[in-house]
Amino acid sequence: MKKATLTLMLFALVACGRSDSPSRTLIQNKGSDTLVNVAQAWAEAYKDVDPNAAIAVTGGGSGTGISALINGTVDIANASREMKDSEVEMAQQNGVEPKEWIVGYDALAVYVHPDNPADSFNLAQLAEIYGEGGSFETWDQLGITVPGCDSREIVRVSRQNNSGTYVYFREAVLGTERDYKLGSRDMHGSKDVVDLVENTPCAIGYSGFAYATDHIKMPCISTTEGAECVAPAVQTAVDGSYPVARPLFMYTNGEPTGAVAEYLDWIMSDVGQCIIQKKGYAPARSVSCE
Amino acid sequence: MRASPADQTILDRRNLDWYIDKVVQVLVFVGGISAIIFIIGIFVFITREGIGFIFSSWDPIEFFTSPRWAPTSSHNPTYGALALILGTASVTGLAMIVAVPFSLGAAIYIGEFASGKTRESLKVLVELLAAIPSVVWGFIGLSILNPLIIQWFNVPIGLNVLNAGVILGLMAAPIMTTIAEDALKAVPDTYREAAEAMGAARWQVIFKVVLPAAKPGLLAAVLLGVGRGFGETMAVLMASGHSINIPTSIFDSVRALTATIAAELGETAHGSDHYQALFVLGIFLFLITFLINLTADLVVRGIRNR
Repeated sequence: MKKATLTLMLFALVACGRSDSPSRTLIQNKGSDTLVNVAQAWAEAYKDVDPNAAIAVTGGGSGTGISALINGTVDIANASREMKDSEVEMAQQNGVEPKEWIVGYDALAVYVHPDNPADSFNLAQLAEIYGEGGSFETWDQLGITVPGCDSREIVRVSRQNNSGTYVYFREAVLGTERDYKLGSRDMHGSKDVVDLVENTPCAIGYSGFAYATDHIKMPCISTTEGAECVAPAVQTAVDGSYPVARPLFMYTNGEPTGAVAEYLDWIMSDVGQCIIQKKGYAPARSVSCE
Repeated sequence: MRASPADQTILDRRNLDWYIDKVVQVLVFVGGISAIIFIIGIFVFITREGIGFIFSSWDPIEFFTSPRWAPTSSHNPTYGALALILGTASVTGLAMIVAVPFSLGAAIYIGEFASGKTRESLKVLVELLAAIPSVVWGFIGLSILNPLIIQWFNVPIGLNVLNAGVILGLMAAPIMTTIAEDALKAVPDTYREAAEAMGAARWQVIFKVVLPAAKPGLLAAVLLGVGRGFGETMAVLMASGHSINIPTSIFDSVRALTATIAAELGETAHGSDHYQALFVLGIFLFLITFLINLTADLVVRGIRNR
Protein backbone atom coordinates (compact mmCIF):
# COMPACT_ATOMS: atom_id res chain seq x y z
CA MET A 1 0.00 0.00 0.00
CA LYS A 2 2.93 2.29 0.74
CA LYS A 3 4.25 1.47 -2.65
CA ALA A 4 0.90 2.37 -4.11
CA THR A 5 0.89 5.72 -2.32
CA LEU A 6 4.41 6.37 -3.55
CA THR A 7 3.36 5.57 -7.07
CA LEU A 8 0.44 7.93 -6.73
CA MET A 9 2.77 10.66 -5.52
CA LEU A 10 5.13 10.04 -8.39
CA PHE A 11 2.26 10.20 -10.83
CA ALA A 12 1.07 13.37 -9.19
CA LEU A 13 4.57 14.84 -9.61
CA VAL A 14 4.73 13.74 -13.22
CA ALA A 15 1.27 15.10 -13.83
CA CYS A 16 2.23 18.45 -12.31
CA GLY A 17 5.47 18.63 -14.23
CA ARG A 18 3.76 18.13 -17.54
CA SER A 19 0.66 20.14 -16.98
CA ASP A 20 1.61 22.19 -20.04
CA SER A 21 0.43 19.44 -22.39
CA PRO A 22 -3.34 19.85 -22.50
CA SER A 23 -4.27 16.42 -23.91
CA ARG A 24 -2.93 14.53 -20.90
CA THR A 25 -5.61 12.72 -18.91
CA LEU A 26 -5.37 11.38 -15.38
CA ILE A 27 -7.25 8.20 -14.54
CA GLN A 28 -7.84 7.59 -10.83
CA ASN A 29 -7.74 3.88 -10.01
CA LYS A 30 -8.25 2.73 -6.42
CA GLY A 31 -9.25 -0.28 -4.37
CA SER A 32 -8.42 -3.90 -3.60
CA ASP A 33 -5.03 -4.67 -2.10
CA THR A 34 -5.18 -7.97 -3.95
CA LEU A 35 -5.34 -6.20 -7.28
CA VAL A 36 -2.96 -3.37 -6.46
CA ASN A 37 0.18 -5.05 -7.80
CA VAL A 38 -1.51 -5.93 -11.08
CA ALA A 39 -3.12 -2.52 -11.36
CA GLN A 40 0.32 -0.96 -11.00
CA ALA A 41 1.83 -3.27 -13.59
CA TRP A 42 -0.99 -2.36 -15.98
CA ALA A 43 -0.55 1.34 -15.28
CA GLU A 44 3.17 1.14 -15.94
CA ALA A 45 2.87 -0.88 -19.14
CA TYR A 46 0.11 1.40 -20.39
CA LYS A 47 2.50 4.35 -20.35
CA ASP A 48 4.08 2.92 -23.51
CA VAL A 49 0.70 2.37 -25.14
CA ASP A 50 -0.72 5.82 -24.50
CA PRO A 51 1.87 8.29 -23.19
CA ASN A 52 -0.87 10.88 -22.71
CA ALA A 53 -2.74 8.89 -20.09
CA ALA A 54 -1.52 8.82 -16.50
CA ILE A 55 -3.04 6.21 -14.25
CA ALA A 56 -2.82 6.83 -10.53
CA VAL A 57 -3.11 3.55 -8.64
CA THR A 58 -3.83 3.31 -4.92
CA GLY A 59 -4.68 0.34 -2.75
CA GLY A 60 -6.56 0.40 0.54
CA GLY A 61 -8.96 -2.47 0.01
CA SER A 62 -12.03 -3.29 -2.03
CA GLY A 63 -14.30 -1.35 0.31
CA THR A 64 -12.14 1.74 -0.02
CA GLY A 65 -12.29 1.58 -3.81
CA ILE A 66 -16.03 1.01 -3.87
CA SER A 67 -16.63 3.83 -1.37
CA ALA A 68 -14.53 6.09 -3.60
CA LEU A 69 -16.59 5.11 -6.65
CA ILE A 70 -19.81 5.77 -4.72
CA ASN A 71 -18.47 9.17 -3.69
CA GLY A 72 -17.38 9.84 -7.26
CA THR A 73 -13.69 10.37 -6.52
CA VAL A 74 -12.27 7.62 -8.75
CA ASP A 75 -12.68 6.63 -12.39
CA ILE A 76 -12.09 2.93 -11.84
CA ALA A 77 -12.57 1.01 -8.57
CA ASN A 78 -10.75 -2.29 -8.11
CA ALA A 79 -12.53 -4.92 -6.05
CA SER A 80 -11.85 -8.50 -5.13
CA ARG A 81 -15.52 -9.04 -4.32
CA GLU A 82 -18.76 -8.18 -6.02
CA MET A 83 -20.45 -4.92 -5.04
CA LYS A 84 -23.18 -5.52 -2.50
CA ASP A 85 -26.77 -4.56 -3.34
CA SER A 86 -26.69 -1.95 -0.60
CA GLU A 87 -23.58 -0.43 -2.15
CA VAL A 88 -25.13 -0.34 -5.61
CA GLU A 89 -28.19 1.37 -4.12
CA MET A 90 -26.02 3.92 -2.34
CA ALA A 91 -24.14 4.57 -5.59
CA GLN A 92 -27.38 5.09 -7.48
CA GLN A 93 -28.52 7.57 -4.85
CA ASN A 94 -25.33 9.51 -5.57
CA GLY A 95 -26.00 9.34 -9.31
CA VAL A 96 -23.34 6.71 -9.95
CA GLU A 97 -24.27 3.71 -12.10
CA PRO A 98 -21.65 1.01 -11.37
CA LYS A 99 -20.63 -1.14 -14.32
CA GLU A 100 -18.80 -4.35 -13.59
CA TRP A 101 -15.80 -5.80 -15.43
CA ILE A 102 -14.25 -9.16 -14.56
CA VAL A 103 -10.56 -8.63 -15.26
CA GLY A 104 -9.17 -11.92 -13.93
CA TYR A 105 -9.37 -14.58 -11.25
CA ASP A 106 -7.51 -15.02 -7.99
CA ALA A 107 -6.93 -18.23 -6.11
CA LEU A 108 -6.94 -17.80 -2.31
CA ALA A 109 -4.27 -20.04 -0.86
CA VAL A 110 -4.33 -21.43 2.65
CA TYR A 111 -0.91 -20.80 4.15
CA VAL A 112 0.89 -22.64 6.93
CA HIS A 113 4.40 -22.41 8.37
CA PRO A 114 6.99 -24.36 6.28
CA ASP A 115 7.66 -26.67 9.27
CA ASN A 116 3.98 -27.62 9.43
CA PRO A 117 3.56 -31.15 8.02
CA ALA A 118 -0.03 -30.52 6.81
CA ASP A 119 -0.27 -31.15 3.05
CA SER A 120 -3.97 -30.88 2.46
CA PHE A 121 -7.16 -29.49 3.92
CA ASN A 122 -10.75 -30.01 2.95
CA LEU A 123 -13.34 -27.25 3.17
CA ALA A 124 -15.07 -28.90 6.15
CA GLN A 125 -11.82 -28.86 8.13
CA LEU A 126 -11.23 -25.21 7.28
CA ALA A 127 -14.78 -24.41 8.37
CA GLU A 128 -14.19 -26.15 11.71
CA ILE A 129 -11.00 -24.10 12.15
CA TYR A 130 -12.33 -20.71 11.06
CA GLY A 131 -16.09 -20.91 11.52
CA GLU A 132 -18.10 -19.69 14.49
CA GLY A 133 -18.84 -22.69 16.66
CA GLY A 134 -16.19 -24.76 14.89
CA SER A 135 -14.52 -27.32 17.13
CA PHE A 136 -10.91 -27.33 15.91
CA GLU A 137 -8.75 -25.31 18.31
CA THR A 138 -5.54 -27.33 18.40
CA TRP A 139 -3.42 -29.00 15.75
CA ASP A 140 -3.80 -32.28 17.67
CA GLN A 141 -7.47 -32.40 16.70
CA LEU A 142 -6.34 -32.51 13.07
CA GLY A 143 -3.83 -35.23 13.89
CA ILE A 144 -0.94 -32.93 13.12
CA THR A 145 2.09 -32.24 15.30
CA VAL A 146 3.78 -29.02 14.29
CA PRO A 147 7.45 -28.73 15.28
CA GLY A 148 8.09 -25.47 17.16
CA CYS A 149 4.45 -25.14 18.17
CA ASP A 150 4.50 -26.42 21.74
CA SER A 151 1.15 -24.98 22.75
CA ARG A 152 -0.56 -26.92 19.89
CA GLU A 153 -2.94 -23.97 19.52
CA ILE A 154 -4.10 -23.18 15.98
CA VAL A 155 -3.25 -19.50 15.57
CA ARG A 156 -5.86 -18.32 13.06
CA VAL A 157 -4.69 -15.45 10.88
CA SER A 158 -7.44 -13.56 9.12
CA ARG A 159 -8.08 -10.16 7.52
CA GLN A 160 -9.81 -7.01 8.72
CA ASN A 161 -13.53 -7.51 8.46
CA ASN A 162 -14.25 -5.42 5.40
CA SER A 163 -11.56 -6.65 3.06
CA GLY A 164 -12.71 -8.45 -0.07
CA THR A 165 -10.50 -11.38 0.80
CA TYR A 166 -12.21 -11.75 4.19
CA VAL A 167 -15.67 -11.65 2.63
CA TYR A 168 -14.81 -14.07 -0.16
CA PHE A 169 -13.08 -16.64 2.07
CA ARG A 170 -16.10 -16.60 4.38
CA GLU A 171 -18.41 -17.18 1.44
CA ALA A 172 -16.31 -19.98 -0.06
CA VAL A 173 -15.46 -21.84 3.14
CA LEU A 174 -18.15 -21.01 5.69
CA GLY A 175 -21.06 -20.32 3.36
CA THR A 176 -23.34 -17.30 3.54
CA GLU A 177 -24.96 -18.20 6.86
CA ARG A 178 -21.91 -18.61 9.05
CA ASP A 179 -19.50 -16.13 10.59
CA TYR A 180 -15.86 -16.38 11.54
CA LYS A 181 -14.91 -17.55 15.00
CA LEU A 182 -13.81 -14.61 17.14
CA GLY A 183 -10.20 -14.38 18.22
CA SER A 184 -8.44 -14.55 14.88
CA ARG A 185 -5.50 -12.23 14.32
CA ASP A 186 -6.84 -9.78 11.79
CA MET A 187 -4.08 -8.47 9.56
CA HIS A 188 -4.34 -5.31 7.55
CA GLY A 189 -3.06 -6.52 4.18
CA SER A 190 -2.55 -9.59 2.02
CA LYS A 191 1.18 -9.49 2.55
CA ASP A 192 0.94 -9.08 6.34
CA VAL A 193 -0.88 -12.42 6.54
CA VAL A 194 1.94 -14.17 4.70
CA ASP A 195 4.59 -12.40 6.82
CA LEU A 196 2.97 -13.45 10.09
CA VAL A 197 2.36 -17.07 9.07
CA GLU A 198 5.92 -17.32 7.80
CA ASN A 199 7.23 -16.45 11.28
CA THR A 200 4.71 -18.30 13.42
CA PRO A 201 4.88 -22.12 13.56
CA CYS A 202 1.37 -22.47 15.03
CA ALA A 203 -0.29 -20.27 12.42
CA ILE A 204 -2.70 -20.86 9.58
CA GLY A 205 -3.76 -18.05 7.26
CA TYR A 206 -5.39 -17.28 3.93
CA SER A 207 -4.36 -14.79 1.29
CA GLY A 208 -4.04 -14.39 -2.45
CA PHE A 209 -1.79 -17.10 -3.82
CA ALA A 210 0.23 -14.50 -5.73
CA TYR A 211 1.63 -13.39 -2.35
CA ALA A 212 3.38 -16.71 -1.71
CA THR A 213 7.07 -16.60 -0.88
CA ASP A 214 9.73 -19.31 -0.81
CA HIS A 215 9.42 -19.56 2.97
CA ILE A 216 5.81 -20.56 3.23
CA LYS A 217 3.74 -23.64 2.52
CA MET A 218 0.48 -23.84 0.56
CA PRO A 219 -1.40 -27.09 1.22
CA CYS A 220 -3.80 -28.27 -1.47
CA ILE A 221 -7.57 -27.93 -0.92
CA SER A 222 -10.30 -30.46 -1.59
CA THR A 223 -14.01 -29.76 -1.54
CA THR A 224 -14.93 -32.80 0.53
CA GLU A 225 -12.99 -35.47 2.35
CA GLY A 226 -11.63 -37.95 -0.18
CA ALA A 227 -12.21 -35.69 -3.17
CA GLU A 228 -9.32 -34.74 -5.39
CA CYS A 229 -6.97 -32.29 -3.66
CA VAL A 230 -6.18 -29.31 -5.88
CA ALA A 231 -3.17 -27.07 -5.40
CA PRO A 232 -3.63 -23.33 -5.92
CA ALA A 233 -2.22 -22.34 -9.31
CA VAL A 234 -3.06 -20.18 -12.31
CA GLN A 235 -4.19 -23.25 -14.27
CA THR A 236 -6.50 -24.62 -11.58
CA ALA A 237 -8.02 -21.19 -11.04
CA VAL A 238 -8.77 -20.72 -14.76
CA ASP A 239 -10.30 -24.16 -15.25
CA GLY A 240 -12.37 -23.79 -12.07
CA SER A 241 -11.08 -26.91 -10.34
CA TYR A 242 -9.57 -24.99 -7.40
CA PRO A 243 -12.38 -24.49 -4.88
CA VAL A 244 -11.29 -21.14 -3.43
CA ALA A 245 -10.84 -19.00 -6.54
CA ARG A 246 -12.70 -15.75 -7.08
CA PRO A 247 -13.22 -13.26 -9.85
CA LEU A 248 -11.45 -9.91 -9.65
CA PHE A 249 -13.51 -6.87 -10.60
CA MET A 250 -13.10 -3.39 -11.89
CA TYR A 251 -16.03 -0.99 -11.60
CA THR A 252 -16.64 2.15 -13.60
CA ASN A 253 -19.38 4.77 -13.42
CA GLY A 254 -21.64 3.76 -16.30
CA GLU A 255 -20.35 2.79 -19.71
CA PRO A 256 -16.84 4.29 -19.77
CA THR A 257 -15.84 6.72 -22.47
CA GLY A 258 -12.61 8.19 -23.79
CA ALA A 259 -9.36 7.35 -22.04
CA VAL A 260 -10.99 5.11 -19.41
CA ALA A 261 -12.70 3.00 -22.09
CA GLU A 262 -9.47 2.66 -24.04
CA TYR A 263 -7.62 1.63 -20.89
CA LEU A 264 -10.17 -1.04 -19.98
CA ASP A 265 -10.21 -2.37 -23.55
CA TRP A 266 -6.44 -2.66 -23.37
CA ILE A 267 -6.65 -4.48 -20.00
CA MET A 268 -9.04 -7.02 -21.54
CA SER A 269 -6.80 -7.44 -24.59
CA ASP A 270 -4.24 -10.25 -24.87
CA VAL A 271 -1.43 -7.93 -23.76
CA GLY A 272 -3.27 -6.82 -20.62
CA GLN A 273 -4.40 -10.35 -19.78
CA CYS A 274 -0.84 -11.66 -20.12
CA ILE A 275 0.30 -9.08 -17.56
CA ILE A 276 -2.19 -10.30 -14.94
CA GLN A 277 -1.14 -13.89 -15.63
CA LYS A 278 2.52 -12.94 -15.21
CA LYS A 279 1.67 -11.44 -11.79
CA GLY A 280 0.43 -14.81 -10.59
CA TYR A 281 -3.30 -14.41 -11.13
CA ALA A 282 -5.49 -16.18 -13.63
CA PRO A 283 -6.63 -14.20 -16.68
CA ALA A 284 -10.33 -13.60 -17.33
CA ARG A 285 -10.20 -15.85 -20.41
CA SER A 286 -7.54 -18.22 -21.64
CA VAL A 287 -4.81 -16.38 -23.51
CA SER A 288 -1.54 -17.63 -24.92
CA CYS A 289 1.38 -15.61 -23.63
CA GLU A 290 4.97 -16.11 -24.62
CA MET B 1 -22.33 71.46 19.48
CA ARG B 2 -21.10 69.55 16.48
CA ALA B 3 -17.38 69.23 15.90
CA SER B 4 -16.13 70.70 12.69
CA PRO B 5 -14.77 68.28 10.06
CA ALA B 6 -11.24 69.31 10.99
CA ASP B 7 -11.79 68.40 14.64
CA GLN B 8 -13.26 65.04 13.63
CA THR B 9 -10.14 64.13 11.72
CA ILE B 10 -8.03 64.97 14.74
CA LEU B 11 -10.23 62.98 17.12
CA ASP B 12 -10.51 59.99 14.79
CA ARG B 13 -7.47 57.93 15.60
CA ARG B 14 -8.31 55.22 13.08
CA ASN B 15 -5.01 55.29 11.27
CA LEU B 16 -3.11 52.23 10.00
CA ASP B 17 -1.73 51.38 13.45
CA TRP B 18 -5.23 51.36 14.86
CA TYR B 19 -6.36 48.85 12.24
CA ILE B 20 -3.31 46.65 12.73
CA ASP B 21 -3.99 46.72 16.44
CA LYS B 22 -7.58 45.60 15.90
CA VAL B 23 -6.61 42.83 13.49
CA VAL B 24 -3.96 41.50 15.85
CA GLN B 25 -6.43 41.65 18.73
CA VAL B 26 -8.88 39.50 16.79
CA LEU B 27 -6.14 37.09 15.72
CA VAL B 28 -4.91 36.63 19.28
CA PHE B 29 -8.46 36.16 20.50
CA VAL B 30 -9.20 33.54 17.84
CA GLY B 31 -5.90 31.83 18.63
CA GLY B 32 -6.78 31.86 22.30
CA ILE B 33 -10.19 30.26 21.92
CA SER B 34 -9.23 28.04 18.95
CA ALA B 35 -8.66 25.03 21.16
CA ILE B 36 -12.21 25.32 22.46
CA ILE B 37 -13.58 25.79 18.93
CA PHE B 38 -11.70 22.74 17.68
CA ILE B 39 -12.69 20.48 20.53
CA ILE B 40 -16.35 21.46 20.21
CA GLY B 41 -16.11 21.06 16.44
CA ILE B 42 -14.61 17.59 16.77
CA PHE B 43 -17.20 16.53 19.29
CA VAL B 44 -20.06 17.84 17.14
CA PHE B 45 -18.61 16.07 14.09
CA ILE B 46 -18.16 12.64 15.65
CA THR B 47 -21.49 12.89 17.40
CA ARG B 48 -23.26 13.85 14.19
CA GLU B 49 -21.76 10.85 12.37
CA GLY B 50 -22.63 8.40 15.12
CA ILE B 51 -25.86 9.76 16.60
CA GLY B 52 -28.14 8.22 13.98
CA PHE B 53 -26.93 4.77 14.95
CA ILE B 54 -27.31 5.44 18.68
CA PHE B 55 -30.97 6.31 18.21
CA SER B 56 -31.87 3.73 15.55
CA SER B 57 -30.27 0.35 16.03
CA TRP B 58 -27.79 0.76 18.90
CA ASP B 59 -28.23 -1.76 21.67
CA PRO B 60 -26.29 -0.46 24.69
CA ILE B 61 -26.58 -3.79 26.51
CA GLU B 62 -25.03 -5.61 23.58
CA PHE B 63 -22.43 -2.85 23.16
CA PHE B 64 -21.16 -3.11 26.72
CA THR B 65 -21.65 -6.80 27.46
CA SER B 66 -21.10 -8.74 24.23
CA PRO B 67 -17.63 -9.44 22.90
CA ARG B 68 -19.02 -10.20 19.44
CA TRP B 69 -17.88 -7.35 17.20
CA ALA B 70 -19.09 -8.66 13.83
CA PRO B 71 -20.30 -5.64 11.87
CA THR B 72 -19.83 -7.26 8.46
CA SER B 73 -21.62 -10.51 9.23
CA SER B 74 -23.86 -11.37 6.31
CA HIS B 75 -26.82 -12.59 8.36
CA ASN B 76 -26.37 -11.36 11.92
CA PRO B 77 -24.30 -8.21 12.34
CA THR B 78 -23.60 -7.47 16.01
CA TYR B 79 -21.78 -4.56 17.60
CA GLY B 80 -20.48 -5.82 20.93
CA ALA B 81 -17.56 -3.75 22.14
CA LEU B 82 -16.78 -5.54 25.41
CA ALA B 83 -13.71 -7.31 24.02
CA LEU B 84 -12.44 -4.07 22.50
CA ILE B 85 -12.95 -2.14 25.73
CA LEU B 86 -11.21 -4.86 27.74
CA GLY B 87 -8.46 -5.01 25.13
CA THR B 88 -7.77 -1.30 25.45
CA ALA B 89 -8.05 -1.46 29.24
CA SER B 90 -5.71 -4.45 29.61
CA VAL B 91 -3.04 -2.96 27.36
CA THR B 92 -3.26 0.43 29.07
CA GLY B 93 -3.21 -1.22 32.50
CA LEU B 94 -0.07 -3.17 31.75
CA ALA B 95 1.48 -0.09 30.17
CA MET B 96 0.94 1.80 33.41
CA ILE B 97 2.50 -1.02 35.43
CA VAL B 98 5.54 -0.69 33.17
CA ALA B 99 5.60 3.08 32.89
CA VAL B 100 4.78 4.32 36.41
CA PRO B 101 7.86 2.96 38.22
CA PHE B 102 10.10 3.92 35.30
CA SER B 103 8.85 7.44 34.92
CA LEU B 104 8.53 8.23 38.62
CA GLY B 105 12.03 6.85 39.19
CA ALA B 106 13.37 8.90 36.31
CA ALA B 107 11.56 12.02 37.52
CA ILE B 108 12.90 11.63 41.08
CA TYR B 109 16.42 11.08 39.80
CA ILE B 110 16.34 14.00 37.34
CA GLY B 111 14.54 16.34 39.71
CA GLU B 112 16.20 15.52 43.04
CA PHE B 113 19.55 13.84 42.49
CA ALA B 114 21.06 14.62 39.10
CA SER B 115 22.69 17.97 38.62
CA GLY B 116 24.50 19.97 35.98
CA LYS B 117 25.27 18.18 32.73
CA THR B 118 23.79 14.82 33.71
CA ARG B 119 20.48 16.46 34.48
CA GLU B 120 20.38 18.48 31.27
CA SER B 121 21.37 15.60 29.01
CA LEU B 122 18.87 13.26 30.71
CA LYS B 123 16.09 15.78 30.19
CA VAL B 124 16.98 16.11 26.52
CA LEU B 125 17.10 12.34 26.10
CA VAL B 126 13.72 11.84 27.75
CA GLU B 127 12.23 14.45 25.46
CA LEU B 128 13.87 12.76 22.49
CA LEU B 129 12.23 9.49 23.52
CA ALA B 130 8.86 11.23 23.37
CA ALA B 131 9.58 12.25 19.78
CA ILE B 132 9.81 8.71 18.40
CA PRO B 133 6.84 8.23 16.05
CA SER B 134 4.29 5.67 17.19
CA VAL B 135 4.56 3.68 13.97
CA VAL B 136 8.24 3.12 14.78
CA TRP B 137 7.25 1.80 18.20
CA GLY B 138 4.75 -0.48 16.50
CA PHE B 139 7.44 -1.68 14.18
CA ILE B 140 9.68 -2.49 17.14
CA GLY B 141 6.82 -4.47 18.68
CA LEU B 142 6.10 -6.33 15.46
CA SER B 143 9.60 -7.24 14.38
CA ILE B 144 11.75 -7.23 17.54
CA LEU B 145 9.53 -7.96 20.55
CA ASN B 146 7.33 -10.51 18.74
CA PRO B 147 10.06 -13.13 18.10
CA LEU B 148 11.65 -12.43 21.51
CA ILE B 149 8.38 -13.07 23.35
CA ILE B 150 7.83 -16.29 21.38
CA GLN B 151 11.34 -17.42 22.25
CA TRP B 152 11.40 -16.42 25.93
CA PHE B 153 7.95 -17.50 27.00
CA ASN B 154 7.37 -20.29 24.47
CA VAL B 155 3.98 -18.94 23.46
CA PRO B 156 2.42 -19.42 20.01
CA ILE B 157 2.43 -15.74 19.11
CA GLY B 158 4.23 -12.69 20.43
CA LEU B 159 1.67 -10.11 19.40
CA ASN B 160 -0.27 -9.83 22.63
CA VAL B 161 -1.10 -7.78 25.73
CA LEU B 162 2.48 -8.09 26.98
CA ASN B 163 3.99 -6.80 23.74
CA ALA B 164 1.57 -3.91 23.33
CA GLY B 165 1.71 -3.07 27.05
CA VAL B 166 5.49 -2.84 27.10
CA ILE B 167 5.56 -0.75 23.92
CA LEU B 168 2.83 1.55 25.19
CA GLY B 169 4.53 1.82 28.57
CA LEU B 170 7.75 2.95 26.93
CA MET B 171 5.79 5.43 24.84
CA ALA B 172 3.93 6.90 27.79
CA ALA B 173 6.96 7.06 30.10
CA PRO B 174 8.63 10.19 28.66
CA ILE B 175 5.58 12.44 28.93
CA MET B 176 4.88 11.10 32.42
CA THR B 177 8.49 11.72 33.41
CA THR B 178 8.39 15.31 32.18
CA ILE B 179 5.14 16.12 34.00
CA ALA B 180 6.18 14.31 37.18
CA GLU B 181 9.47 16.19 37.20
CA ASP B 182 7.62 19.48 36.86
CA ALA B 183 5.48 18.48 39.80
CA LEU B 184 8.57 17.76 41.90
CA LYS B 185 10.10 21.06 40.87
CA ALA B 186 6.95 22.87 41.93
CA VAL B 187 7.55 21.81 45.55
CA PRO B 188 9.20 24.87 47.13
CA ASP B 189 12.81 24.44 48.16
CA THR B 190 11.90 25.76 51.61
CA TYR B 191 10.17 22.40 52.25
CA ARG B 192 13.39 20.53 51.53
CA GLU B 193 15.49 22.99 53.52
CA ALA B 194 13.16 22.76 56.49
CA ALA B 195 13.23 18.97 56.39
CA GLU B 196 16.99 18.88 56.16
CA ALA B 197 17.26 21.37 59.00
CA MET B 198 15.24 18.93 61.09
CA GLY B 199 17.93 16.35 60.39
CA ALA B 200 16.12 14.32 57.73
CA ALA B 201 18.29 12.23 55.41
CA ARG B 202 18.03 12.69 51.64
CA TRP B 203 15.67 9.76 51.17
CA GLN B 204 13.56 10.85 54.10
CA VAL B 205 13.26 14.30 52.54
CA ILE B 206 12.10 12.82 49.27
CA PHE B 207 9.71 10.19 50.58
CA LYS B 208 8.25 12.01 53.56
CA VAL B 209 8.21 15.57 52.29
CA VAL B 210 8.66 16.07 48.57
CA LEU B 211 6.58 13.16 47.24
CA PRO B 212 3.57 13.82 49.49
CA ALA B 213 3.71 17.51 48.58
CA ALA B 214 3.88 16.68 44.85
CA LYS B 215 1.23 13.96 45.01
CA PRO B 216 -1.49 15.68 42.96
CA GLY B 217 1.01 16.53 40.22
CA LEU B 218 2.32 12.97 40.13
CA LEU B 219 -1.24 11.65 39.96
CA ALA B 220 -1.91 13.99 37.06
CA ALA B 221 1.20 12.66 35.31
CA VAL B 222 -0.09 9.10 35.68
CA LEU B 223 -3.57 10.06 34.47
CA LEU B 224 -2.18 11.80 31.40
CA GLY B 225 -0.18 8.64 30.72
CA VAL B 226 -3.41 6.64 30.95
CA GLY B 227 -5.04 9.05 28.50
CA ARG B 228 -2.12 8.62 26.15
CA GLY B 229 -2.47 4.85 26.42
CA PHE B 230 -6.20 4.90 25.66
CA GLY B 231 -5.74 7.08 22.64
CA GLU B 232 -2.69 5.46 21.09
CA THR B 233 -3.53 3.69 17.85
CA MET B 234 -0.79 2.69 15.48
CA ALA B 235 1.60 1.00 17.91
CA VAL B 236 -1.26 -0.89 19.54
CA LEU B 237 -2.65 -1.95 16.17
CA MET B 238 0.70 -3.43 15.21
CA ALA B 239 1.75 -4.97 18.53
CA SER B 240 -1.48 -6.28 20.06
CA GLY B 241 -2.30 -8.95 17.47
CA HIS B 242 -5.58 -7.24 16.55
CA SER B 243 -7.70 -10.14 17.66
CA ILE B 244 -11.17 -9.93 19.20
CA ASN B 245 -10.58 -11.70 22.44
CA ILE B 246 -11.37 -11.25 26.12
CA PRO B 247 -7.89 -11.46 27.60
CA THR B 248 -7.31 -13.97 30.38
CA SER B 249 -3.53 -13.74 30.44
CA ILE B 250 -0.90 -11.30 29.23
CA PHE B 251 -0.09 -13.70 26.41
CA ASP B 252 -3.52 -13.33 24.78
CA SER B 253 -3.86 -11.27 21.62
CA VAL B 254 -6.34 -8.44 21.98
CA ARG B 255 -7.77 -5.63 19.95
CA ALA B 256 -8.03 -2.00 20.99
CA LEU B 257 -10.89 0.43 20.34
CA THR B 258 -8.62 2.83 18.51
CA ALA B 259 -7.09 0.10 16.35
CA THR B 260 -10.56 -1.12 15.35
CA ILE B 261 -11.52 2.34 14.12
CA ALA B 262 -8.23 2.75 12.27
CA ALA B 263 -8.43 -0.64 10.59
CA GLU B 264 -12.07 -0.54 9.55
CA LEU B 265 -13.13 3.05 8.93
CA GLY B 266 -11.23 3.46 5.67
CA GLU B 267 -13.07 0.64 3.98
CA THR B 268 -16.55 1.32 5.20
CA ALA B 269 -19.20 2.96 3.05
CA HIS B 270 -20.20 6.38 4.41
CA GLY B 271 -23.37 6.39 6.43
CA SER B 272 -23.71 2.61 6.75
CA ASP B 273 -24.46 1.06 10.15
CA HIS B 274 -20.88 -0.16 10.41
CA TYR B 275 -19.54 3.34 9.71
CA GLN B 276 -21.79 4.86 12.34
CA ALA B 277 -20.96 2.13 14.85
CA LEU B 278 -17.27 3.00 14.45
CA PHE B 279 -18.14 6.60 15.27
CA VAL B 280 -19.97 5.40 18.36
CA LEU B 281 -16.69 3.78 19.40
CA GLY B 282 -15.09 7.15 18.67
CA ILE B 283 -17.59 8.99 20.88
CA PHE B 284 -16.98 6.48 23.66
CA LEU B 285 -13.19 6.91 23.38
CA PHE B 286 -13.52 10.67 23.28
CA LEU B 287 -15.63 10.69 26.44
CA ILE B 288 -13.19 8.43 28.28
CA THR B 289 -10.07 10.39 27.37
CA PHE B 290 -11.95 13.63 28.06
CA LEU B 291 -12.87 12.41 31.53
CA ILE B 292 -9.31 11.24 32.22
CA ASN B 293 -7.81 14.54 31.11
CA LEU B 294 -10.42 16.51 33.00
CA THR B 295 -9.66 14.56 36.17
CA ALA B 296 -5.93 15.14 35.66
CA ASP B 297 -6.57 18.84 35.16
CA LEU B 298 -8.74 19.14 38.26
CA VAL B 299 -6.11 17.29 40.27
CA VAL B 300 -3.38 19.68 39.09
CA ARG B 301 -5.63 22.65 39.83
CA GLY B 302 -5.96 21.17 43.29
CA ILE B 303 -2.27 21.78 43.99
CA ARG B 304 -2.26 25.31 42.67
CA ASN B 305 -5.19 26.40 44.80
CA ARG B 306 -3.78 25.10 48.00
